[in-house]
Amino acid sequence: MPHANALYGPLDPAPDAGYENPPPRMGFFTDTSVCIGCKACEVACKEWNGVPESGLDLLGMSYDNTGALTANSWRHVAFVEQPRSAGWATPAFEGDPDGPAISPVTAAVGARTSTDTGTDPGLDTGSPAAAARMSGGPEFLGMPGAQPPGRGSGAEGRTDFRWLMMSDVCKHCTHAACLDVCPTGSLFRTEFGTVVVQEDICNGCGYCISACPYGVIDQRKDDGRAWKCTLCYDRLGVGMTPACAQACPTESIQYGELDELRERAAARVAKLHERGVPEARLYGHDPNDGVGGDGAFFLLLDEPEVYGLPPDPIVTTRDLPAMWKRAGLAAMTMAVATAVAFLGRRP
Amino acid sequence: MTRGGEQLTVPPADFASYYGRPVLKPPVWKYDIAGYLFTGGLAAGSALIGAGAQLTGRPALRTVGRWTALGGVAASTYLLVHDLGRPARFHHMLRVAKVTSPMSVGTWILAAFGPMAGVAAVAELAPLLPQHGVLGLARRIAPPIGNIAGLAAAATAPALATYTGVLLADTAVPSWHDAYPSLPFVFAGSALAAASGVGLIAAPAAETAPLRRLALAAAAIEFGGGHQLERQGLTSEPYTHGRSGRLVKAGRALLAVGTATALLSRRSRLLAAISGAALVASSVATRFGVFEAGRVSARDPKYTVVPQRERLAEKRSATQL
Repeated sequence: MPHANALYGPLDPAPDAGYENPPPRMGFFTDTSVCIGCKACEVACKEWNGVPESGLDLLGMSYDNTGALTANSWRHVAFVEQPRSAGWATPAFEGDPDGPAISPVTAAVGARTSTDTGTDPGLDTGSPAAAARMSGGPEFLGMPGAQPPGRGSGAEGRTDFRWLMMSDVCKHCTHAACLDVCPTGSLFRTEFGTVVVQEDICNGCGYCISACPYGVIDQRKDDGRAWKCTLCYDRLGVGMTPACAQACPTESIQYGELDELRERAAARVAKLHERGVPEARLYGHDPNDGVGGDGAFFLLLDEPEVYGLPPDPIVTTRDLPAMWKRAGLAAMTMAVATAVAFLGRRP
Repeated sequence: MTRGGEQLTVPPADFASYYGRPVLKPPVWKYDIAGYLFTGGLAAGSALIGAGAQLTGRPALRTVGRWTALGGVAASTYLLVHDLGRPARFHHMLRVAKVTSPMSVGTWILAAFGPMAGVAAVAELAPLLPQHGVLGLARRIAPPIGNIAGLAAAATAPALATYTGVLLADTAVPSWHDAYPSLPFVFAGSALAAASGVGLIAAPAAETAPLRRLALAAAAIEFGGGHQLERQGLTSEPYTHGRSGRLVKAGRALLAVGTATALLSRRSRLLAAISGAALVASSVATRFGVFEAGRVSARDPKYTVVPQRERLAEKRSATQL
């Protein structure tokens, strides 16, 4: 008998998947307030998991030259430049005349770039108009110069500035749409509550890619299969920490039992609020959210969509019973329509 | 945002994003899948027509229905396998059966429908066999076997035609997911329209009277179910604007023209063929239009972020009250 919350709502996924006495659910808590954008997580992940090269072009998106999570990038460090001070810190140019230093034009340029990640759909280009808004206004502020911001233009051109960095990863959802829609059983739930693709089973149907509400899973062009973060399943089994968390020099990426991480995260948010960072908030920590809570959740300093995350994702399979009902109704309508058409009188 | 009304208040696309890039990964399905939606629907509708003709004594229409069903299901199987990243592993679909995966359900529907449609069509070859000997025996037993297979194929056909609506809707793709109440009806109508169209083209005029009624029913089902596509808020936009919107509109126009012409074509073989072509073309346009609309909605972060923001705002205002 399936659990009442099998498709939606709070649930412990490993027992629901049939494990008897599974180990505690493991996960990541990524605290972006201490991320320094070193990308050690990206490198360590590639090294350990043998993830192929994902393009070496400069993308014009601040220091982000990875662009997005793809089949060939299982960690992705996002960089967002914003014309405002960083919460608790003393504004860099307090008392000086200032104006925006980050140009909407540069952001718009960043939206148009792409690189061959070796995957499909890989790194899609964005909408320049939407990108221009992220740096604080529709105003044209001049072409980006070759010099660092402010140096060529004098102090008047400077502004308070904050740099958001965030190491994104597969969320290992409680209700994982990718897993539910997989028609081969290639995607499976591990005893740790994580979600893993079996590469010897995947036949590259691509359903998981359309189903993921976070745009995480992606297909490799050269081998046709879908790939994503495994939360280092091979390391977890022998009690090791996943490669990215092991490599993180600031403990921005924390690995552990999910229950404990949630407590730690709540304490961290409370501390940041106390220290005058009211914009700190958790994302994906709540078992009552649209995906039943993420196995990998985050502390963010701005709205989720600023980091390229959906603000309120809901697992598509929540509505699956209603969808099958509609299909059944349509099927019956079709059968009845045919019967009526043939039973009508002969001309 | 109002639902159901004529006037839609589409909010201004003012939303935050990460360099304007899509939040979702757009579907990696190629046009193979749009083609599959069409051929699968055509096969299902034709199997129903074949069974209807079988039961009401219209042998020529039965033959057309059965062969079209086999042709459609063969083409759709080819397209499905061809679209895989690893076509040689298509049989991995057969190692599980999952109701949470519409693709798995569809695989099994196809696995039941395909062989039955095949047997029913091949049984039509019986009159070509010699009268006597072993083959003569085959000639005598083929028609009843074909009749049973034809009815079995028709029994699974409505599922084959409508599960594809769930296949597209059970994704994070905004314009597909939001359309889940409508898509099975749009696809059911489209399947019947395409199959009636082929019948009107290929079957003799004396036997096509049910197809005119069926085309009318198809139009009623597709318009009835499909009008909701334009009333689901912001995610309706791809169904009404751009290339995808033009395809959807073309599908509707062709359906209206094809149905009207079919009703007038009782005495003219030429008019029947024209109406049939319009109905088939309508189905193709609708399938490619809906397919394309989903891709457009996944490509633009607006369709992901703005409706989710509105949902959050509603939740917040509800908790504050």
